Amino acid sequence: MADFIQLVVSGLATGAIYALAAIGFTLLWQTSQTINFAQGEFVMVPAFFALAGMTGMGMPFSLSVLFAITCSLAVLGFAFKYLIVDPLIGQKGTLPLVISTIAVALLLKDGTKEFYSAEGQRFPTLLPDKLIEVLGVRVSLAQIGVLVIAVSVIALLQWFLASTRTGRQMQATAQNPTVARILGISVERMILYAFLINAGLAAIASLLISPIYLAKFSNGEVLGLTAFVAAIVGGFNQVRGAIAGGLLVGVLDNLAAVYVSSRYRLAVPLALLVVIILFRPQGLLGRKEERSV
Amino acid sequence: MNRTVSLVLFLAVVALLACVPLLLGRYNNYVFSLWLVTAVAAMGVNLIMGYAGQESLAQAGFMGVGAYVTALMIKGGKITFPLIGLVEWAPFHILTAFACSGFACFLLGVLIGFPALRVQKHYLAFVTLAFTVFLWLVFRNEEWLTGGVFGIQDIKRPDVFGVPMSPSRQHFANYSWFVLVMTLLLAAAMWWLVKSPWGRAFTALRENAIRAESLGINVRRYTLLAFAIGSAYGGFAGALYAPLVEFIDPAPFSLAPSLLFLLMIVVGGMGSFFGPFIGAAVAVVLPLWIETMQSKAVGAGYSVFGHFSYVIIFGVLVILMIAFMPKGIAGLFERFKKSSAGKAPAAYAEATAKQASAP
Repeated sequence: MADFIQLVVSGLATGAIYALAAIGFTLLWQTSQTINFAQGEFVMVPAFFALAGMTGMGMPFSLSVLFAITCSLAVLGFAFKYLIVDPLIGQKGTLPLVISTIAVALLLKDGTKEFYSAEGQRFPTLLPDKLIEVLGVRVSLAQIGVLVIAVSVIALLQWFLASTRTGRQMQATAQNPTVARILGISVERMILYAFLINAGLAAIASLLISPIYLAKFSNGEVLGLTAFVAAIVGGFNQVRGAIAGGLLVGVLDNLAAVYVSSRYRLAVPLALLVVIILFRPQGLLGRKEERSV
Repeated sequence: MNRTVSLVLFLAVVALLACVPLLLGRYNNYVFSLWLVTAVAAMGVNLIMGYAGQESLAQAGFMGVGAYVTALMIKGGKITFPLIGLVEWAPFHILTAFACSGFACFLLGVLIGFPALRVQKHYLAFVTLAFTVFLWLVFRNEEWLTGGVFGIQDIKRPDVFGVPMSPSRQHFANYSWFVLVMTLLLAAAMWWLVKSPWGRAFTALRENAIRAESLGINVRRYTLLAFAIGSAYGGFAGALYAPLVEFIDPAPFSLAPSLLFLLMIVVGGMGSFFGPFIGAAVAVVLPLWIETMQSKAVGAGYSVFGHFSYVIIFGVLVILMIAFMPKGIAGLFERFKKSSAGKAPAAYAEATAKQASAP
């Protein structure tokens, strides 16, 4: 039982990170109908900004974290929106945009491999990786730290979206851009905010997950896949769906690795995805949308 | 362009392609066949994406299924299957294996496409994404069947109707011809398909799914069919690929190559018949050629090229092309064709306008 709880706790920790990535993914979808197939790479890259800051410019770790977040906002937020997404918004359908984000994914992945390294890089943890015992269950302090940070970020975001003027304007934009525009909301700026929030969430997720998995150029594949699964399982059009989906996938993934097969641990979230698509296509917490095929 | 000219041009191109294997050495014959094999798989993606407007992220996975099916069938052997027990079989004919590979992928396409297409437009992309990763796990982990990370080795090219396929230079040309013939047959089938009422229906639902539905086209059935047929092309490509490389492992059938197929179509020309051939040339032949040039330059004491990942250039190219040239390289030819053909109707319109204004 203690083992089980331990697995659930560490699953929740990674799940909270997946949730960060999944929230960004759904935010982009809601506000600008962008399906970001590079989301996994968005979570892979910021760790390398931090590493570049530390090894290349000799920054201390705390400064390199700020550096990584700033770079992410600039590259994955501003540049991504203005250089990649905006030129394609006017084009027919979402297909060109999807393909373009796939190209961005390949570009980020091979760029990282080319300009940094193909080797997995050790990444410092924010909290010491010390085991503590709570009620007979041994949990790692680093994992608790990850969980606390991720949950605080999510809570802050929820508060921002629900309680501030800008947050509500963003929600209005997501629900109906035309009406939002009539009501005097600057839809363009709200979309930009969504991109920046996505970039920020990706950066935080990256800094949290890299100590666990090592920073590696190919991390994006699995991370992106998990973020998709989390977003779809929870409900594509709901932020709280993405949170639930992320946590669920994280825990399930951890349990599957131990109780099913470590070789097929990746297959368990995929199976969950297929089951959800078959029986509850709008996701666990999602609203129904019109079928567009 | 009128019909006879196109036909003559087409035959000339085929004749030219048929001569190519004779002129090439062992390595270049390999590159030539690889180009054709990639183009076959890309034709399938083009049908799914360019004609039916869906995204499939599993083409390399389907190619893998075709490659493993063909490798196992033409090698012969004995394997203990779970539930069934020991099965022993003699090497099959390569064409039988070829047909089975395509059929297996068609069935898989129907199986995974059916639930995915029930929902939303992009769900097929998500499901195929999951499916590729799953297939890759199977290729890598089921050692009893696929050989795991070591793959299946020593896949001998069997004789086709008594014509030997390996190992000398002449035999290499033979296999190139075999691939060429199969590619042309598949291309002809695709040509017929997209010109047939079925193909028209595919295009109709890409252009305007709601209008297509109101005209009595069963959108879901046609999309599913396009996806399954496109996936079968992936299987056919895999069937040609396994004997070409004579050794298969899970690496070329993972997610990244699947994504590359999509980008290939964009560069070549989405929804254009020759797009896949152009895209395959840009994505497969060009990097191999650059690599050869690089090693030659390094061998001669130059280091002009430096080491640079081709994928980076390719990625930038794709992003630029989507924004500024959405019809790809094939679109350039079309634009050229239109501008030369456009003059005659314009002159005609001018003449009729003059006539109309004359009293």
